[in-house]
Amino acid sequence: MSYKFFPHTEDDIRSMLNTCGEKSLDDLYKDIPEDLVLKKEYGLPEGLSEIEVRKFFNSLAQGNETLKCLIGAGCYDHYSPSVVNNIVSRSEFLTSYTPYQAEISQGTLQYIFEYQSMMAMLTGMEVSNASMYDGCTATAEAMMMAVAAAKKRNKVLISATVNPIVRRVVETYAKFNGVVLETIAEADGVTDKSDFEAKVAADDVAGVIVAAPNFYGIVEDYTGWADFCHAHKTLLIMNCVASTLGVLKTPGEWGADIAVGDGQSLGIPMNFGGPYVGFLCTSKKLIRKMPGRIVGATTDMDGKRTFVLTLQAREQHIRREKATSNICSNESLMALYVTVYMALMGKEGLKEVNELGYSGAHYLAEKLCELKGFSMAYPDKPFLNEFAVKFDGDIEDLQNVLLDYNGVQLGLKIADNTLLLCVTETISKDDLDEVVLTCKAYTEGEDEDE
Amino acid sequence: MNNTYYGKLIFELSKPGRKGYSLPKNELSEYSTAQLPENLLRVEEPALPEVDELTVVRHYTNMSNNNFGVDTGFYPLGSCTMKYNPKINEEIAAHPEFTGLHPLQNVETVQGALAVYYQLQRSLSEIAGMSEFTLNPFAGAHGELTGLMVIRSYHMSRGDAKRTKIIVPDSAHGTNPASAAVCGLDVVEVKSKPDGRVDVEDLKPLLDDTIAGMMMTNPNTLGLFENNIAEIAKLVHDCGGLMYYDGANLNPMLGKCRPGDIGFDVMHINLHKTFSTPHGGGGPGSGPIGVREGLEQFLPNPRVTCDFNEDGMVDYKIDMGEESLGSISGFLGNFGIMMRALTYIVTLGSDNLKWVGPLATLNANYIKESLKDCYELPIEGVCKHEFVFDGLKDKSTGVTTLDVAKRLLDYGYHAPTIYFPLLFHQALMIEPTENESKETLDGFIEVMKKIAQEAKDDPELVKTAPHTTPVRRLDDTKAALKQIVTWNELCAVEEL
Repeated sequence: MSYKFFPHTEDDIRSMLNTCGEKSLDDLYKDIPEDLVLKKEYGLPEGLSEIEVRKFFNSLAQGNETLKCLIGAGCYDHYSPSVVNNIVSRSEFLTSYTPYQAEISQGTLQYIFEYQSMMAMLTGMEVSNASMYDGCTATAEAMMMAVAAAKKRNKVLISATVNPIVRRVVETYAKFNGVVLETIAEADGVTDKSDFEAKVAADDVAGVIVAAPNFYGIVEDYTGWADFCHAHKTLLIMNCVASTLGVLKTPGEWGADIAVGDGQSLGIPMNFGGPYVGFLCTSKKLIRKMPGRIVGATTDMDGKRTFVLTLQAREQHIRREKATSNICSNESLMALYVTVYMALMGKEGLKEVNELGYSGAHYLAEKLCELKGFSMAYPDKPFLNEFAVKFDGDIEDLQNVLLDYNGVQLGLKIADNTLLLCVTETISKDDLDEVVLTCKAYTEGEDEDE
Repeated sequence: MNNTYYGKLIFELSKPGRKGYSLPKNELSEYSTAQLPENLLRVEEPALPEVDELTVVRHYTNMSNNNFGVDTGFYPLGSCTMKYNPKINEEIAAHPEFTGLHPLQNVETVQGALAVYYQLQRSLSEIAGMSEFTLNPFAGAHGELTGLMVIRSYHMSRGDAKRTKIIVPDSAHGTNPASAAVCGLDVVEVKSKPDGRVDVEDLKPLLDDTIAGMMMTNPNTLGLFENNIAEIAKLVHDCGGLMYYDGANLNPMLGKCRPGDIGFDVMHINLHKTFSTPHGGGGPGSGPIGVREGLEQFLPNPRVTCDFNEDGMVDYKIDMGEESLGSISGFLGNFGIMMRALTYIVTLGSDNLKWVGPLATLNANYIKESLKDCYELPIEGVCKHEFVFDGLKDKSTGVTTLDVAKRLLDYGYHAPTIYFPLLFHQALMIEPTENESKETLDGFIEVMKKIAQEAKDDPELVKTAPHTTPVRRLDDTKAALKQIVTWNELCAVEEL
């Protein structure tokens, strides 16, 4: 069985079995009833050499096409500096586990402390946990946290303008966890304020989930919403696109109680949907209700400043079924992506990224709407780098043309005649001009067909 | 490991005006965020560090030197399966034709990625003896939660709403009862017998028509195979419940036993344990769940299905099933982790995967037998991939399991899992994995014996360990009392 991952020689095995008082490797399984033991080999191909493994995946890769992304909807094609991937690939970080032994895990503990600090700064909140799976599950956890904090209420409201991908996950958790989830209506692309007030005023709502920016890319005005919630003993939960917090008003500044979302937009590759990182930040007074791991500062026996996992009495390995959540790990390595990214970009870099996205998106919106058949889905509503346009032709056909001619994914079709588009700093003005040119040719060609 | 503690935080290296990035010039600067309504813009700038690139690189490189990973040394952390993370996995997972895919882009342009998902799903089904897997859950605990949702959906689909209880052994991982609670189930605990296995007699009276199912880890957290599994499964099935397999300890089963063949209906696998994907300092993991025939329709959305198009070519699709329990992830789970796991499976193949379980089991038994004269082995007999000592055999010195763990750090080893499972007061749980050589194990055994001797000769030396690490025995109580969890809070206190 000589194999690169098995260091055992025949002699080793014989001598080790001897120490164990056994005669064969099969004897080590004598405690398993004979009829339960697998008697055949797996129906899988034999192992491949590295050369063959590379060929195997190169061949699969031919079924993929990496595109210029004018699509967001929860995953954003941002630039990530070379340093980020280089640091994250270091095997001292990569091949370690949860930092239970703090003396030999200060690297992990320290970057998580930095991550928590940066996420708190970015969201304008007081504290952050050590990260969660993704933005969808973090939002679901925030929902359950609001219910736990409210004690005798189990109703949570979610705005119709929250990304439906997030909403689907929140709905699943609500269904099984026994949370009553109700929708706040949408009015012209934003959350209906009168519906929000009427429902919160019923005084039976534990939390309200809104989005900033919302699914259509619109930056909603939440002035007064937190006060209204608090007057009715309701927590305000804000689901954010992390990178946009470089310029947009923060959940902290809106007065929100919990800020959640996905950190993918902060330096993490799109990776066909994962792994990403969910963030969850809140106020100091809710820290004990927070799910997930938390790193805190302390000293060691020599008085040195050090970092350690703390407030573990909330967690599953101690509290079991009474824990604040069942989450066991955090998304540590992805939090490292975010930490190194933010260290490099700083506040100025984040601002520039948002400027580039804003400029590109507004330019594209303006140019598209000059074409026949295009119009803004929500004119006059402020947006940053993502927006919805109406197109009165065949959206899928148009998308296919852009795919074939420009290698562009032209947004996401979100309704029969509505397209959600996104521009990041990876898309240049030339790219946008080409897109507009193809769209123009398409719409004019349609005229000719008629 | 480097002994110079690089204690600064990135914020302490910041100097206004420095930057660590470069971005293209804005050619469209006539459009600016300044045009947004002022009350939608942030007022206070985030106090992120301002640092140059080399400073960032040195800072994190030095920090990594204060970390211990599988690549650093022996990591016998019980229940975590800290096996070697092959380098080829990382190379394949970094393939730009996969990392650059947006999860919502045209499905015809992601056929390669969907093929990875589908092939891994089929491979896991074969290895586990299940009908179908979803790879969407993000971690083991997330898989448990999703699996329990499948069980509840199954009962609901039959109109059986009264099954709200789940049976969990007292030796189970903490995530089992916690996942059950999140899923809205009430936990009923079943006791272990003195031999460490589930007490069937204690189980019988718990079984009635309110039981949704039972969660089991097999081998259990003591590393012992639950040899009554056939009887237990029959009892639970006869009362109408389903059997859930916690795949945390699947590694020793590779090549020898399949959960689907021994009575389990729903299960999860930790790709970051059994299938060699890195633990990443706590994540990202991946916790696919498998179900037996008849339960596939309840698996979470979205699902990857496979068909043949008119040219006879394989055509992968992303579907939303109507009977599905719903979505538990935004997209298709931690795809980057799946790339690594599939790499591992095609690398080893059927001819090498079958040795993983036996060699992991051999390594564990070898350490157990070599150390049971110095450490208390509460349950004799053959173990699987891991085993538990109840502290030192000689307890008169007052040296605890924590002390032994800390002293191991001085000798360059990661400590075993300590104080879990809760069945023993001084639990010390050791899992060596199949990748470790006899020489590595001998070195560890020698040090463990030496520590046992030190505990007799110089107990203070062990009680005050570690002595050579960058920092020594942290004040957990202070951390919990002060609750300093951000740089801002750290700046606000005069003294820690």
